[in-house]
Amino acid sequence: MDQKIAVQIDDLTVAYNYKPVLWDIDLSVPEGVLMAIVGPNGAGKSTLIKAILGIIKPIAGSVSIYGKPYSKQRKLVAYVPQKGSVDWDFPTTALDVVMMGTYGSLGWIKRPGQKEKKTALESMEKVGMLAFKNRQISQLSGGQQQRVFLARALAQDASIYFMDEPFQGVDATTEIAIINILKELRKAGKTVVVVHHDLQTVPEYFDWVTFLNVKKIATGPVKEIFNDDNLTKTYGINYKVAVNK
Amino acid sequence: MNIQEYFELLWTDYTLRTITLGTAVLGAICGMLGSFAVLRKESLLGDAISHAALPGIALAFLITGAKDSGVLLLGALVSGLVGTFWIRGITSKTHLKSDTALGLILSIFFGFGMLLLTFIQKQPNANQAGLDKYLFGQAATLVESDVQLMIIVTGISLFVMLLFWKEFKILLFDADYTKTLGFNTKFIDVLITFLIVLAIVLGLQTVGVVLMSAILLAPAAAARQWTNSLGTMVLLAAFFGAFSGVFGTAISASQKNLSTGPVIVLVAGVFVLFSFVFSPKRGLLFREIRFRKNRTDLKLMKTLQFMYGIAQEHENISHPHAIRILNNFQGFTKGSLKKLENEGWIALEGQQWAMTPEGFKQAQEMYNQKAGNE
Repeated sequence: MDQKIAVQIDDLTVAYNYKPVLWDIDLSVPEGVLMAIVGPNGAGKSTLIKAILGIIKPIAGSVSIYGKPYSKQRKLVAYVPQKGSVDWDFPTTALDVVMMGTYGSLGWIKRPGQKEKKTALESMEKVGMLAFKNRQISQLSGGQQQRVFLARALAQDASIYFMDEPFQGVDATTEIAIINILKELRKAGKTVVVVHHDLQTVPEYFDWVTFLNVKKIATGPVKEIFNDDNLTKTYGINYKVAVNK
Repeated sequence: MNIQEYFELLWTDYTLRTITLGTAVLGAICGMLGSFAVLRKESLLGDAISHAALPGIALAFLITGAKDSGVLLLGALVSGLVGTFWIRGITSKTHLKSDTALGLILSIFFGFGMLLLTFIQKQPNANQAGLDKYLFGQAATLVESDVQLMIIVTGISLFVMLLFWKEFKILLFDADYTKTLGFNTKFIDVLITFLIVLAIVLGLQTVGVVLMSAILLAPAAAARQWTNSLGTMVLLAAFFGAFSGVFGTAISASQKNLSTGPVIVLVAGVFVLFSFVFSPKRGLLFREIRFRKNRTDLKLMKTLQFMYGIAQEHENISHPHAIRILNNFQGFTKGSLKKLENEGWIALEGQQWAMTPEGFKQAQEMYNQKAGNE
């Protein structure tokens, strides 16, 4: 397989107060994959994404996006944070939040106009939230809030998407809606990296997987490496899941 | 002087006009910037900053020996900023939580400020009297140059806020995300904090160190109750703040021995109280009314369901039944039966009721409807 490398991570190390959270991570994510990052609680899954995006400053290591440093390639990257990371009682509407996805390409001071609004509305339609565009965000259900965050990332029109547990606390309908969007993104040649904790659905949803527990345990195609051996190495117990269907 | 006389005098009396304009502008800028403090969950930061400003005032006086309010406020600004960045430093560099950092800086700076004030008061300098007005504020000492300064600073703050509106908004909502979009979040953060410190320092002379945070927070807290849009909230908070300033000044000027600062704060407090109770969407009153209404609606539906259960067993759904058979069911009263009839769901005749086809349909679809509303 001769694929372009979308994300290249070298020697990434992150520590909070002397305790390493991520230790010497080397990772390449090929273009066009739908990759899950799995690992136990405290394995550093969210931290990995945050360190890649520069939200957390790593002690060492570098991240390049399509061969150039991340800081030069920000516009190619979109981020879906954990739903619980913001205050949903903030006085604003769903459309307003989705519009924020266009702020990056607008840059400083310039206000969003008709073009940005159109982009935001299209993104909302993709996640099935158009009917809720003027809804105050605190009036949205958990699944709807997650879809608003997804729409905001779609509005960034990026090539690579990083998502932090997008399936957390959403109902089956929303989960299906989200996974369909992820698959559409992959079809369009985008690369999607998802922090995921439901091991049962990994083979069904994803084609690429990274096992993480402070160190990188393994990374590669789900078909080849999603097995008991790697699961045991990552979780420390013999975690039986139905891999073969 | 009563309040009416006050408003008549406002057009002719120069001093009164200056003070009123000052408190109005102060209320407006504090309401405006206080909205950001409230939304950042940094309400107590205002309190810490205002207390931290006190040693700055004292030091500025000790260094220059003059009581020029511009110089003193500059001292307050510097010391307020130092306090703010120490708070930030403590929270980011140690394991201490922000409330601990706020408390520490507030009391240490305030203690140091008080120490300096007592030291100054012992000095054989005739000029020293009146520095303690910064503790509780004294609007009567406002002169035209003070008010001019307030207007200029408010104008600049307004300009900066409008210029960086988009950046302020996204940082307040989701700072991490803002960073990933390539914005320098530190710069936006410092800018917002600087504006808040500026507003606080501006109010020290009028409202004083101790009460300053109230005028920063109260208008914003009240405004939040009335709107779900950030722009409207800021505008409304500015309006509430300005009104509190004017009305507070009016009340304190029309009575003897009422100092202005506390009255302004109390007026702002009345705004908060009123908003908490009477705002249509978030207020306690309407929430209670909605709660009660939901409960009666639910009871009505329960009665309808009960009737549906009975009607179902008959071939003709509109077969009349005695009202008496509902007796052992608690959900019905004369009023609720009347309501059901008004909805066209049942027909009443003497001591009997009969379900209408609409009522039957309504009861049938009740659960489906619930699911569809989700």
